[in-house]
Amino acid sequence: MKVGHSGSTALATARPGGRLSSVRMQRRLHKILVYTLLFGLAWVFLLPFMWMISTSLKQSQDVFTFPPRFLPTSFEWRNYVRGWTIMPFNTFLLNSLIVTGANVVGNLLSCSVVAYGFARLRARGRDVLFLLLLATLMIPREVTIVPTFILFTKLGLVNTLLPLILPAWFGYPFFIFLLRQFFMSIPHDLDEAARIDGASSWRIFTNIILPLSKPALGTVAIFAFIGNWNNLLDPLIYLRSTEKFTLALALNLFRGQHLTQYNLLMAVSLIQLLPILIIFFLAQKYFVRGVTMSGMGGR
Amino acid sequence: MQVQQAHVPEKHRTRVRQKLGRLARQEEREFYLFISPWIIGFILFGAGPIIASAVISFTDWSLLSSPRWVGLANYERLFTDRLFSVTVKNTFIYAIGSVSLGIVAGFLLALLLNQKVWGMSLFRTIFYLPSVVAGIATALLWVNIFHPDFGLINYTLGQFGIQGPGWLQSPTWAMPALIMMSVWGAGGGMVIYLAGLQSIPEHLYEAAALDGAGPLRKFWHITVPMMSPVIFFNMIVGIISSLQAFVLILVMTNGGPANSTLVYGLYLYRTAFQYFEMGYASAMAWVLFIIIMLITALQFRLANRWVYYEGGLKG
Repeated sequence: MKVGHSGSTALATARPGGRLSSVRMQRRLHKILVYTLLFGLAWVFLLPFMWMISTSLKQSQDVFTFPPRFLPTSFEWRNYVRGWTIMPFNTFLLNSLIVTGANVVGNLLSCSVVAYGFARLRARGRDVLFLLLLATLMIPREVTIVPTFILFTKLGLVNTLLPLILPAWFGYPFFIFLLRQFFMSIPHDLDEAARIDGASSWRIFTNIILPLSKPALGTVAIFAFIGNWNNLLDPLIYLRSTEKFTLALALNLFRGQHLTQYNLLMAVSLIQLLPILIIFFLAQKYFVRGVTMSGMGGR
Repeated sequence: MQVQQAHVPEKHRTRVRQKLGRLARQEEREFYLFISPWIIGFILFGAGPIIASAVISFTDWSLLSSPRWVGLANYERLFTDRLFSVTVKNTFIYAIGSVSLGIVAGFLLALLLNQKVWGMSLFRTIFYLPSVVAGIATALLWVNIFHPDFGLINYTLGQFGIQGPGWLQSPTWAMPALIMMSVWGAGGGMVIYLAGLQSIPEHLYEAAALDGAGPLRKFWHITVPMMSPVIFFNMIVGIISSLQAFVLILVMTNGGPANSTLVYGLYLYRTAFQYFEMGYASAMAWVLFIIIMLITALQFRLANRWVYYEGGLKG
């Protein structure tokens, strides 16, 4: 612990000489304790993933042995192909890519434009509007979900991918807030110099603000990707026919229809999880930045 | 900006404003042009639905027929609905269980990671991973892990000679199982605590050490008070989101067995999209919103007693 660590440092400086070796012992014991805990907990946190991989490679009869075995007796790599072809997963993948891609692009475009307005342009009513934007962050999804569903029903868009895509093109308050905070931290000198040279607001936005904001835009892109890749609620509400299903919804269907084939279920789940795992390992710092910037952890 | 203007003499400022009048008006037009996507979105997907939802909650509407005004009937019905009280109870159990365990686990993990030890970033990655990838795939994974006969948990318990319960298939153990799963995602809070811990000034600990304070006293009298605003923040955000959580519960137990995991959001979802009772569902949504607001307000009131803001600002 931080406490214990600084405590032992203070002890070491306060009492030099003969006591030093016992202090050193104490510090070593402390380190051993910390590492034991760290490795133990890391094991607990990773175990579910290993169970997932292990199950996905088991033969069907190995999944239901009693007592269960941790490791598969033989590695059934074919499970991945079998799981993927048992249902039209290529179609589901394509739907997921369309929805997620359109959401990432839509959010990046709309949210950055709106955030620039709030961060850089002065106007009467701006602060009130911004407060309004923040207030919408507090309204539970449940309140708006029914009227939005009715709206899309009246527009005849139920059972299309559009209800999952359109809202992203009109700005998402959380991302607008995140980008606005970032834009505000960019020094004004640059855009003022450009303005004196006769650059328009749009030019300043595209040529100065956006290139300087790649980290924040990256954070938004990643949050939008993961949120939509894993989104289950909207597909559940809006998609009816199987050929419109996204991967997330299809996994739920798979579970209902092939309840006992845990090995195949784990194989396709792992495939669905893969893009997120890759993004996580490649772009970890963006998450941490986004989480600490906005304070929104673990959603 | 405000500060800069305050230093400019009043007379000079009006002259500047007159000279810039045309430019300022143009800037204003541009502002509204830039934020216009959000304004449209706000009307279509924000304010519009909120007002509509309030109106719909006073009607009986199945979408097939036209809405019929019923006044407060939906709200009256809620308080006699047996499932309503069941779901409120389940939701509170879930929220209190997952938020309190999540805070303790996230905080302890952060303390552990705040040690200056080698490999810190690797361990942070490992603890943080589950909270980021959580979704349908990991929910299905946990269904597998909780399997009474062939799951990982009962396998592990079996190694110690313990016969594990039926977990998701048992009315007693299904809710604890869901709460356990949510603790697996404590790494999201951990990242925030870690940032908080790293901003506690070292000199506070040094001063306490000079006064002869031991590790435990330093923890209770420095670490905890300095971290209380962060804990408070995570508590507020955590309670709000856990009161609304239901999608993964729908996947894992669908409210069963015997309604033991039927949470409020799930009941609302069924009412709206399986029974198509739009009026009743909207009334439920508003009651949930009011409950959330009341709890948040109560937490802010109680915060005065335990949240410490450096600089004497009391929340």
